[in-house]
Amino acid sequence: MRAFQYHRPSTLAEAAELLTRFGAEAAVLAGGTDLLVRLRKGKQYFPQVIDIKHIQDLDAEIRQSEDSLHIGALTSMAAVAWHPLVQQHYPALAEAADTVGSVQIRNRATLAGNICNASPAADTAPALLIFDARVHIHGAQGARVLPMREFFLAPGKTALQPGELVTALELPLPAQPCGSAYQRLTRRRGVDLATLSAACHVGASGNAVFAFGAVAPTPLLVRDDGQWLPSTDATQRDAQLQALIEHASPISDIRASREYRLAMLKVITLRALESAFQRLTV
Amino acid sequence: MKKKTLPITLTVNGIRHTLQVAPNHTLLKVLREQLELTGTKECCGAGECGACTVLLDGRAVNSCLVLAVEADGCQVVTIEGLAGTDPLIDSFVEKGAIQCGFCTPGMILSAKYVLMQHPHPTLEQVQKGLEGNLCRCGGYRRIAEAVLAAAEEGDE
Repeated sequence: MRAFQYHRPSTLAEAAELLTRFGAEAAVLAGGTDLLVRLRKGKQYFPQVIDIKHIQDLDAEIRQSEDSLHIGALTSMAAVAWHPLVQQHYPALAEAADTVGSVQIRNRATLAGNICNASPAADTAPALLIFDARVHIHGAQGARVLPMREFFLAPGKTALQPGELVTALELPLPAQPCGSAYQRLTRRRGVDLATLSAACHVGASGNAVFAFGAVAPTPLLVRDDGQWLPSTDATQRDAQLQALIEHASPISDIRASREYRLAMLKVITLRALESAFQRLTV
Repeated sequence: MKKKTLPITLTVNGIRHTLQVAPNHTLLKVLREQLELTGTKECCGAGECGACTVLLDGRAVNSCLVLAVEADGCQVVTIEGLAGTDPLIDSFVEKGAIQCGFCTPGMILSAKYVLMQHPHPTLEQVQKGLEGNLCRCGGYRRIAEAVLAAAEEGDE
């Protein structure tokens, strides 16, 4: 690993100042599970590493307010996966967080960090999209809030401006009853990036929201406000699923070919939908 | 860039150390090279194999993905801290859960974390708890048996 300068700001203002001063030279360090791998590979070089874990205004807490759940920027994947309120209201997010990497990775990796890396295959992105999550951001100009669906711009690129930092994620409490689920396809169960992923949220009237990972340059959100009960007729069901995934444009890479991804996307989408419906009725 | 070190204080296996570390050195490197605790192994260096697993403030982590400066003020437990005191060690030996032995220290630390969370784990909980540890000898079945046996022994 090449040498770098290590910074440990204690306030958001100090962090914003460092990020603004160093611009593209700076990397933000939270869990480090992606950053350290990149620093070690040496493809990208960041002479300035800014550790945000000692900032007083950032926390690793999950708090419920009247109509939403706040997840602090330093909250680990393990904490998200095991939190009773996340499991109760956002089972798709609990499932997604619980599939990231391994036990060791989940103890260290943060939910906010997963989003900031903006991988098209980020496990938690589809789950956050279906719940209409909002991203709380702090920068030199102050704070702002952005809907999750406007956060991802391209692979590795987010709407964060130079000097800005994600401080929390906020999820509106979903109207009851509802059901949600997350499904993914990997080559092996632990420690693998998703070949494909799908999250689904259904409401009482059968209206459904879907989001897919690893099928487009950014995680893909698909709304369907119609009644969404999968047809029992196989041909009709296939047509329904085909319509749902029409904007998916996966690439062929080491994990799977474009054709395989498109075929399997229907399978995991149906699984996510069925699982979400099951949770709606219990 | 000028080589600059930073002071850190950390407690490893109950012993407090004050060290000067390079910012780009991982906890793994400092454990092995500065503290000469070579029981913790380096293998993939990318958080995929689990050979470098240690407990950091009571949680299993890959020490290759933690900077030594991030461990400032933390409690670390390595395989040396469990030697001679933990039933997992004898259980691994008795069940033949060790072949070449390279994955064993990390495997035992991950197993320790499984038992901290689930004192009476199911086979499934053991398998999920060890999903981040690779054994290239392929001794997974005996490893899981050893963890289950150590849990039973803990009851006696």
